[in-house]
Amino acid sequence: MKITELTVHELQDKLASGELTVTQITKAYTDRIQEKEGQVEAFVTTLTDEATEEAKKMEEKIASGEIKSSLAGIPIGIKDNMCTKGVRTTCSSRMLENFVAPYDATVIEKINEQGMINLGKLNMDEFAMGASTEYSYFKKTKNPWNLNTVPGGSSGGSAAAVAAQMVPWALGSDTGGSIRQPAAFCGVVGLKPTYGLVSRYGLVAFASSLDQIGPITKDVRDAAILLNVIAGHDEKDSTSQNIEKKDYTKALEKDIKGIKIGVPKEYFGEGINPEVKEKLMQAIEEYKKMGAEVEEFSLDIAKYALATYYIVACAEASSNLGRFDGIRYGYRTKNFTNLKDIYKNSRSEGFGPEVKRRIILGTYVLSSGYYDAYYKKAQLVRTLVMKEFEKAFAKYDVLLTPTSPTVAFEIGTRSNNPLEMYLADICTVSVNIAGLPGISIPCGVDSKGMPVGMQLIGNRFQEEKILNAAYAYEQKTNFRKTYQPEFKK
Amino acid sequence: MSREDYEIVIGLEVHAELSTKTKIFCSCPTEFGGEPNTHTCPICMAMPGTLPVLNEKVVEYAVKAGLATNCEIARDSKNDRKNYFYPDLPKSYQISQYDKPLCEHGVVEIEDDEGNPKTVRLTRIHIEEDAGKLNHNEFGGGSLVDLNRAGVPLIESVSEPDLRSAKEAERYLRKLKSIFEYIEVSDCKMQEGSLRADVNVSVRKKGETKFGTRTEMKNMNSFRAIVRAIEYEANRQIDVLEEGGVIEQETLRWDDVSGRTFSMRDKEDAQDYRYFPDPDLVAIRLSDEYIEKIRKELPELPESRRKRYMEEFKLSEKDARLLTASKYLSDLFEKAEQITGNAKAVANWILSDISRILNEKELEADQIPFTAEELDKVIQLIEKGTISSAIAKKVVEVLFENPKDPEEIIQEKGWIQISDEGAILEVVKKVIEANPQSVSDFKGGKEKALGFLVGQAMKETKGKANPQMLNQMFKEELSK
Repeated sequence: MKITELTVHELQDKLASGELTVTQITKAYTDRIQEKEGQVEAFVTTLTDEATEEAKKMEEKIASGEIKSSLAGIPIGIKDNMCTKGVRTTCSSRMLENFVAPYDATVIEKINEQGMINLGKLNMDEFAMGASTEYSYFKKTKNPWNLNTVPGGSSGGSAAAVAAQMVPWALGSDTGGSIRQPAAFCGVVGLKPTYGLVSRYGLVAFASSLDQIGPITKDVRDAAILLNVIAGHDEKDSTSQNIEKKDYTKALEKDIKGIKIGVPKEYFGEGINPEVKEKLMQAIEEYKKMGAEVEEFSLDIAKYALATYYIVACAEASSNLGRFDGIRYGYRTKNFTNLKDIYKNSRSEGFGPEVKRRIILGTYVLSSGYYDAYYKKAQLVRTLVMKEFEKAFAKYDVLLTPTSPTVAFEIGTRSNNPLEMYLADICTVSVNIAGLPGISIPCGVDSKGMPVGMQLIGNRFQEEKILNAAYAYEQKTNFRKTYQPEFKK
Repeated sequence: MSREDYEIVIGLEVHAELSTKTKIFCSCPTEFGGEPNTHTCPICMAMPGTLPVLNEKVVEYAVKAGLATNCEIARDSKNDRKNYFYPDLPKSYQISQYDKPLCEHGVVEIEDDEGNPKTVRLTRIHIEEDAGKLNHNEFGGGSLVDLNRAGVPLIESVSEPDLRSAKEAERYLRKLKSIFEYIEVSDCKMQEGSLRADVNVSVRKKGETKFGTRTEMKNMNSFRAIVRAIEYEANRQIDVLEEGGVIEQETLRWDDVSGRTFSMRDKEDAQDYRYFPDPDLVAIRLSDEYIEKIRKELPELPESRRKRYMEEFKLSEKDARLLTASKYLSDLFEKAEQITGNAKAVANWILSDISRILNEKELEADQIPFTAEELDKVIQLIEKGTISSAIAKKVVEVLFENPKDPEEIIQEKGWIQISDEGAILEVVKKVIEANPQSVSDFKGGKEKALGFLVGQAMKETKGKANPQMLNQMFKEELSK
């Protein structure tokens, strides 16, 4: 048995039976990081020494009964846009290279309450803007399935670290697909919860009305377990919803016979790689075999979602990123003689090209004279997208689409072509626009052995339904036992 | 043409800091003062990842202000972001309200320059957060940012351009201040910046229906400066027009020392605030019940106090109006009246000597340093005959300088009235002896001569002799 191959629920069982200790688990992971990080480069900051110390303390706390959680001592990795007290939070940007938050994000408080051990902060596209993690200021993370390809993004470090078994699970954030798309590229499970289910307090904002934190895990059960930890109302986030606490593992094993799956045909049209489409068709057949009723339908509005997304996200980003002005924290230029220079040069030198591109775009669409044509119209389309989804969910329990039109692409092939990079989000953005939950699970590999992701979309706060459908498929096909990343060069 | 041919048009945007205990989007204290950056937290310092949560009290206070100024209260409202860069604005946007303010279409009643009633229309009242403060760095170059004030809640009340003179503008601002004080939503301390106004001024030829181009003077925080600035700016504009020039729409800075306005920004800095709804906050929905509850709980406003003073204390309309113009004066009056039970005397003291001293010292009523108890003591000391009213005036002067127990003051200064018969008799005899002419005048029927003799006796005792006793004893001595 290799410890790092185990899922978290398997680790929990072995901790409970005494077969494994917290120290053993932590050591297995710190060793694995030693072994693989050089190739994968998933971390911005590793906390291996701290984690070893923490493991010892946690073992004592468990022994003394001070902490009772069955997740005590389970390691985790955190995307580097969630604030961690005392550990720097960079957003993979030069702007925040040395920024140490004086407080913990709400999700960090929650995982700390459970006694989980933070193995480090994971690489991402700068300020979560990108789909390949190539826009990190620090390093380019590699996809463990083929080190010449990208891990996806923006939570590329999180997905690659889980796939490379350097962490048993991780937290990512998803604004337009940033959990699901890298999960698909790296052959792991990624869940974006309903907007408002998980507190955003302490998540460095990209686009406030779209951002959500979610789990990236080895399997669906782990995703449900981690969602149990992070979900819930937070007084510090006005947009977090006060809904009843649920145990998301309870719904996993329900029979899916008779559930209605809608397949929006627009997601299978032009631009979708034929091999990706083929794997999805096979998955649909599996669902039919399990007794699900699958039906194709038209979600016509979907074609406007990408444009809407880039207007809304950039507009909010242009305002959210204003606070990085070189005055109170973060990067400040050395080259200034007046206030205007501090602003101009700090931001010019501190932000990378993709962040600047989006700030400029967002500033433009909010400018007087353009607001109505862009931002206001985008908000109207957003309402229409929500209504279309509402209609779909009147008929179907779950919608099924590819997570991304392609498998992981080669490093350097798209980073200079923003438009092509934006198309990587085409299957995922409408879910954020409508505030819905979506999960990506692996559904096979293509002819080159690269994982293909399937996305299941649910109605607001119906995470249980997509987890149930995802779990049933996972049990049937057992991807993880069949395929493992090979660190191909 | 002359200045008399022009009409001045003024509109005010008044910012009042709300007196809630905590800031608008975090739980830091709003208290004035404190070491720099001690009333701050990650939220009001705009640390990455922090989020605002609206303080419900702020909505309540704004609704109160709206109801007290006869506004319509919006059932659906929201917060918007106003984006601009400045070091005192940590998020680089101010959370304010753009197209859906909490309160709209209000009216404030004032008097015009002829003393006739006038209605000033309030366009809107909205809620927003205050910015921080930049302090000149005493230890080196540049400025230091103090964020204690960042996130203190404000209401901005925007008037229509209904005001026609500097004095009218002053009366409007005083009225608004008084209303906010009465409903206790703001302490309105202009000297601490908790009440400030942006003043918009334009001029046009009398009879013209179109408005002239306006200029704006920001952050004015004294009545005197506002009056002077409006007068200066209106005259400047008239001079420009008379010389055939055009007024530029711009933001000006009033310099109180030189008594002039200066241009603040060049045109390339024309701001586009890129307002949009703040996605971190949810819509504000108010129920009719909520609004009605606040309406019922509104305290007594100046108009109704004025009427009550006229009925209950039989004060004249003018006195009642002057007393109720400021909540501080009015409260001082009510408290002192309650102790002494002598409304007339209290009103007299407040409206004559206290008001005169305030004027001389250029102080506002809220800066009166002594308490109602101390004022009451002064009145009682007169009633008891311990001091004369002439001495009492001096005591009040001292109270302004160094407020303490009036009894202590008169002890220290040796101002206790002489009411000892023997002592007074001695003075009376001395004065009679020294003024034979006046004595014979009085005996010859000139009543006036008595006044002179009493005056001489007062002089002799440095004003401390009891005047009633003096009168009495002179009459007795002279009829012997």
